[in-house]
Amino acid sequence: MFGKLTLESIPYHEPIIMVVAAFMAIGGIALFGLITYYRKWGWLWNEWFTSVDHKKLGIMYFIVALVMLLRGFSDAIMMRTQLAMAAGDAAGYLPPHHYDQIFTAHGVIMIFFVAMPMVIGLMNLVVPLQIGARDVAFPFLNNLSFWLFAVSAILVNISLVVGEFAATGWLAYAPLSGIEFSPGVGVDYWIWALQISGIGTTLTGINFFVTIIKMRTKGMTMFRMPIFTWTSLCANVLIIASFPILTATIALLTLDRYLGMHFFTNDFGGNMMMYVNLIWAWGHPEVYILILPAFGVFSEVIATFARKRLFGYATMVWATISITLLSFVVWLHHFFTMGAGANVNAFFGIMTMIIAIPTGVKVFNWLFTMYRGSLELTSPVLWTLGFIITFTLGGMTGVMLAVPAANFVLHNSLFVIAHFHNVIIGGVVFGMMAGLTYWFPKAFGFTLSEKWGKRSFWCWFIGFYVAFMPLYVLAFFGAVRRMQSYPNTEWQPWMILAWVGAVIIMLGIVCTIIQFWVSIRDRKQNADVTGDPWDGRTLEWSTSSPAPFYNFARLPEVGDIDSFWSQKQRSNEQLEEAPYTDIHMPRNTVAGPVISFFALVIGFALVWHIWWLAGVGAVGVFVSFMARVFNDDIDYYVPAAEVERIEREHQLKCEQKLGVEAQA
Amino acid sequence: MQRRSLWRRRGTLVLLALCLFLAGCSSALLDPKGQIGAEQRTLILTAFGLMLIVVIPVIVMTLLFGWRYRRSNSLAKYTPDWAHSNVIEAVVWLVPCAIIAVLALLTWKTSHTLDPHKPLESDVAPIEIQAVALDWKWLFIYPEQGIASVNEVAFPVDTPVRFRVSSGSVMNAFFIPHLGSQIYAMAGMDNDVHLIANEIGSYPGRSTNYSGAGFSGMTFEAKVTTPADFDAWVETVRGAPQTLTYPEGYEALAEPSESNPVEYFSAISPSLYESILKSFHTGSEHDMGGGHQMGSDHAKPHDGESAHATDHAAESGHETNNHASQDNAMRSHPSSLEAGG
Amino acid sequence: MSTDTLNHSSHHPVEHEEEHHDASGTKLFGFWVYLMSDLVIFGSLFATYAVLMRGTAGGPTGADIFELPLILFGTFALLISSFTFGMGVLAMHANRVGQVKVWLIITFLLGLCFLGMEIYEFQHLIHEGYGPDRSGFLSAFFTLVGTHGLHVTFGMIWILVMLVQLSTKGLNDMTRPRILCLSLFWHFLDIVWICVFSFVYLMGVL
Repeated sequence: MFGKLTLESIPYHEPIIMVVAAFMAIGGIALFGLITYYRKWGWLWNEWFTSVDHKKLGIMYFIVALVMLLRGFSDAIMMRTQLAMAAGDAAGYLPPHHYDQIFTAHGVIMIFFVAMPMVIGLMNLVVPLQIGARDVAFPFLNNLSFWLFAVSAILVNISLVVGEFAATGWLAYAPLSGIEFSPGVGVDYWIWALQISGIGTTLTGINFFVTIIKMRTKGMTMFRMPIFTWTSLCANVLIIASFPILTATIALLTLDRYLGMHFFTNDFGGNMMMYVNLIWAWGHPEVYILILPAFGVFSEVIATFARKRLFGYATMVWATISITLLSFVVWLHHFFTMGAGANVNAFFGIMTMIIAIPTGVKVFNWLFTMYRGSLELTSPVLWTLGFIITFTLGGMTGVMLAVPAANFVLHNSLFVIAHFHNVIIGGVVFGMMAGLTYWFPKAFGFTLSEKWGKRSFWCWFIGFYVAFMPLYVLAFFGAVRRMQSYPNTEWQPWMILAWVGAVIIMLGIVCTIIQFWVSIRDRKQNADVTGDPWDGRTLEWSTSSPAPFYNFARLPEVGDIDSFWSQKQRSNEQLEEAPYTDIHMPRNTVAGPVISFFALVIGFALVWHIWWLAGVGAVGVFVSFMARVFNDDIDYYVPAAEVERIEREHQLKCEQKLGVEAQA
Repeated sequence: MQRRSLWRRRGTLVLLALCLFLAGCSSALLDPKGQIGAEQRTLILTAFGLMLIVVIPVIVMTLLFGWRYRRSNSLAKYTPDWAHSNVIEAVVWLVPCAIIAVLALLTWKTSHTLDPHKPLESDVAPIEIQAVALDWKWLFIYPEQGIASVNEVAFPVDTPVRFRVSSGSVMNAFFIPHLGSQIYAMAGMDNDVHLIANEIGSYPGRSTNYSGAGFSGMTFEAKVTTPADFDAWVETVRGAPQTLTYPEGYEALAEPSESNPVEYFSAISPSLYESILKSFHTGSEHDMGGGHQMGSDHAKPHDGESAHATDHAAESGHETNNHASQDNAMRSHPSSLEAGG
Repeated sequence: MSTDTLNHSSHHPVEHEEEHHDASGTKLFGFWVYLMSDLVIFGSLFATYAVLMRGTAGGPTGADIFELPLILFGTFALLISSFTFGMGVLAMHANRVGQVKVWLIITFLLGLCFLGMEIYEFQHLIHEGYGPDRSGFLSAFFTLVGTHGLHVTFGMIWILVMLVQLSTKGLNDMTRPRILCLSLFWHFLDIVWICVFSFVYLMGVL
């Protein structure tokens, strides 16, 4: 009846998990109670969960990402604590079975459920506004993508208390992840969580690609698009071309595990090297999916706060495009030590190094944007400066890893760990923090506290170096990744230092939480009444903050790269106002959350081999999808009079607010 | 005076940093004990130095520009519309290109000179040791001596060693940090790495590729000895009570165990390594006699996506292992029809 | 700096049509992009098949099990169905709902023939003991061909849905782009099948 699921599947005997579960339960009940008490369920459902508004979806992506960041970071600090303890004969406090799940979960959560939703969330929030569109090309799919992602995050969290998670490393290399060596449900949780969220990501990729290609406002040619939009476009191309490989690879692993096939088994003609090749053919483009939008954020931030045009716009675009193309011909550098011939290794090594050229050019372009600028040292700028320094170092260690002969001793060591945290924290995390601070007022109508933002930056920046420089050193001692304990006590001081670094990073996260608290408390003082708090350059700053649900009362027209900036320079020539017109908008839909709920049911049922429940889920998906297909009532018009009323009301509020400020 | 003491203090700091660096020099990778490792250290430091040509200016410029062009500094020049300069563009493209060109040459050269499959040049005759990764221990087979050991491997100093590496379980990687290059151990695949130790000593080795619960304890000791001591070691092993038969003894040994103690086997089944390889080549059981054929098939990753990677033929040949043909990974999985022929 | 949002933008009057310009074109383009991503899935499966082709593990090879005449029959059914779908689209452009439906039904039946052929082939192989768990080669074969078959199944369900919608709603702004997307999908499956047929069956037998 319940497949492999029994009461024993719940790890009662693991005190750590039970305490965490208890906290999650208490938190969940508290949240549930509060929402019920304030009677907000209807509002949440109608205004948020079923919303097709890209801005709201962007915000929801970010909320889930921040919650998952806490989970992923708890994993990190548990690992660092374990390694600070487990030297010599000491076993530490985490047995291998538990430790192995933690490092797997840490990697999976940080990449798929923190970095990806932050990047996609930011794209959602910003791209349509930057190109002067009212929504994305396929608003319903956008909502569906979010919910597919959200239910996968739920599935990963279910694995914490029901059963176990994979203990295979975040990419679940076969044959270790095969049924022979991992008979438990951990890998199945990994499979279904990634499969469901991966499909959501592919849909997002298609959606935003079409949005950017087809929905740009009048006059915005490709080479007038803001750099963030350009980098998003390239990231979406990468998603479209690489995520299907992940889908296929996971599907093959699924067939191996569920139907006894032999794609990646040791025997019966299987080939585990194919798994490694396939997973990295997706995995390498994936890291560029994360970093390219972050590059875009830095480009916007640096130009805005230096009050200067971005240096070398065209170069920036071409550099982005070349990185996009090159990212598909470097995947083998993740396994030079597999034993390929010297020519193959050299080819992939050199290809990898070539990526450093456009990346280096980008760095110089940011530097020369600052040059002869008027740089305001706000927290987004601090994140950017911290990024340039940190990422350059990470790029350097990356090139060292790309030399096959050097890779033969650095591969699988802590050098690799230090390197990719160097580029992911220094690049993606710093970028997302900068982007969050920069576009926060556009989403919520008030700015974030600068004081706490800067504190957060310094903690992250210093914490990163304290935590990861020791790992570079340890690699030279011969320390490798994924060790639960190590015999050599000489390593322990460095491990303890790394733990201190992790604690400093934790302070940075605490600062961010305080930053939200303080900023929400002081939202009246920090309100952004103009819609343009930073003296911005691109279209999103031309509408009010928070942007109305239709984004622009009148669609803007573009004649330049930083069109909003040049418009402000010419602001004396007041043109007559055109009358408002009716606005065509998509309706909210319950289909996204409902379909995704059934997808979650399917995923859970398949993890536990509860076949009838999987059938119920499949029927549920089909029926709810058909309900959507047969629903004609999917859009409506906002009458011009309504638009006028909303715009008037907003104007009035702004004038009042400005009046109060002038009096004070 | 004060300035001097400041300098002196800085001097002490520099000294301290140097000490740390020297402490680092007692580390495995910066203080290698073999020719391969030494070349790899030089390579890493060269690459590091080359990259610094760009990295240091970038960091200096970041700090300098960030400070000089801050908004509160009214002395700095401000040109809001300046966004293009052919000279700067040329420089920022050419400098990285030049550095990468040098690095690419270096990469091409060292990929070939330090190719793990390439036999080492030496006056001393090489010896062959076969390493098999098991859950979670290393089995070392000495085919010439007819002995085997677990979690301990010994070989004479200044003698090229050809490690043939495979796995009886999931993927692992064979690595002795002091000596250089690691290589993946994969079931049914016959991989190899050529190493040499130029200093007598005992060096830690381990699997570097995560392989499951017992991975942390999957370490071994590499004893580099004088030729005489090596012979003595071989005799010690030959005196051990245990022997390793295939398949019974091997299957018992292959059962998962964590932090396995050192074990010696005074005798082994003939072609033990080849038998382990073949045990994964389903469908070719009736060709057991062809063990040597199997052994000569070289493990080689294929390329899941595109053909260009596989088309490079490796030119390294070897008297005992001819891996000149690297055309397809499936050579390690011959069908029954082919193996029969 | 404190310019108000609502005053600094200058506009020409915009019409509805212009702002939601070419919704059908966007849909078609989006679907086309989706097909490209689907193509990557098939590409991965083809690559997998190429790698595992010789991993027969003592089991049969392609030459041992492929029955070309049967496959050829299915292939022609699918090729003709592409043609009939094309006729359906022509009928749609001529605004003849009835004809569209007839062509869709014929397409559906041809798809059914193809699927029947595939199901027969699969069940025959499994019956002989050559199921997908026999060897790496058979895993790759069943998965590649089966994935295509699964797509055909979805295409046929889609045809049924469109038949219902054509009956209830006729040809309108919603059903037209859907028919066009479905035709793209159907032709796409045809192209994939031609690759499967030449790469898997012909090369397997030759």
